[in-house]
Amino acid sequence: MENLTGYLVVSAILFAIGTIGVLTRKNAIVIFMCIELMLNAVNLTFVAFSRHLGHFDGQIFVLFIMVVAAAEAAVGLALMIAFYKNKESIDVDNVDMMKW
Amino acid sequence: METLFFAIISLMAIVSAILVITCKNPINSALALIMTFFCLATYYVMLDAPFMAAVQVMVYAGAIMVLIVFTIMLLNIRVNATQKHSHKIALGSIIGLFTLINTVVLLFKSQPSSPVGPYTGEMIKSLGHSELLGRDMFTTFLLPFEITSILLLVAIVGSVVLAKKKI
Repeated sequence: MENLTGYLVVSAILFAIGTIGVLTRKNAIVIFMCIELMLNAVNLTFVAFSRHLGHFDGQIFVLFIMVVAAAEAAVGLALMIAFYKNKESIDVDNVDMMKW
Repeated sequence: METLFFAIISLMAIVSAILVITCKNPINSALALIMTFFCLATYYVMLDAPFMAAVQVMVYAGAIMVLIVFTIMLLNIRVNATQKHSHKIALGSIIGLFTLINTVVLLFKSQPSSPVGPYTGEMIKSLGHSELLGRDMFTTFLLPFEITSILLLVAIVGSVVLAKKKI
C-alpha cells in the first residue's frame, strides 16, 4: 500500500465538497445527502488507514458508521416527511418553529 | 496502470460529488451521489477490502439511496426551490475550502506511522477478508456490536412514531 496519501487527499476533497454543500444548499434532502457524502469520506479514510496499518479496527468502525448512517437516514427522512406535512416545504430557512 | 485507474476513479468521484451540490433537481443530486458511492466501493476493492465494497453497495447505494429517492419522489419537491443569497454561498464555500486547505497542509506535513498490525495483503487474500473481519467483530468488538442492535431498534421505533398521522 504505497498510495495512502492519494486516498487521504481524495477523502479530504470529498469531505470539503460535502461541507460546502451543507453550508450552501437550502433543500433539506440535499443537505442530508451532503452529510452522507461527508460520512463516506471519513469511511474512506478509515479503510485506507486500516489497510496501511495492517489492523482491522478501522474497518469495523466503518461498519458501525454505516449502521449509524442507516439509522440516521430512517429517522431523518421520517422527520422531513413530518415537517413537509406541517409546512408544505422542506427549505431549511422555514425551520424556525423553535426560534424565539 | 493502477495509478491511472486510481486517477480515473478519483476524477469520477470528485466530479459526481460536485454534481451532488450543484444540481438544481434533488433527483439528479441523488443519482450523482449513487455514482460517488460506487466509486468509493471501487476504492475499497483496491484497498483489499471486498466485504466493505459489498456492504457499501448494498447498504449505501442500495438501501439508503432508495429511501432518499423514495422520499424525494413522495414529497414531489418543485425544482424552483429558492436559492441562498450569493454572499452566503461565498461564505460557505470559503469555510469549505479552508477545511480542505487545512487538512491537506496537515496531511503533507505529517508522516504516517509504519504498519503496526499483523495483516498484510497476502494474508488477507489467503484467509479471506470477511473471515478476518468477523473474527475481530465477534470477539474484540462484541459489546459494541450488541449495542448496535439497540440503536437500530430505537431507529425503527422512532421512525414509526414519526410517521404516524398526528404528531
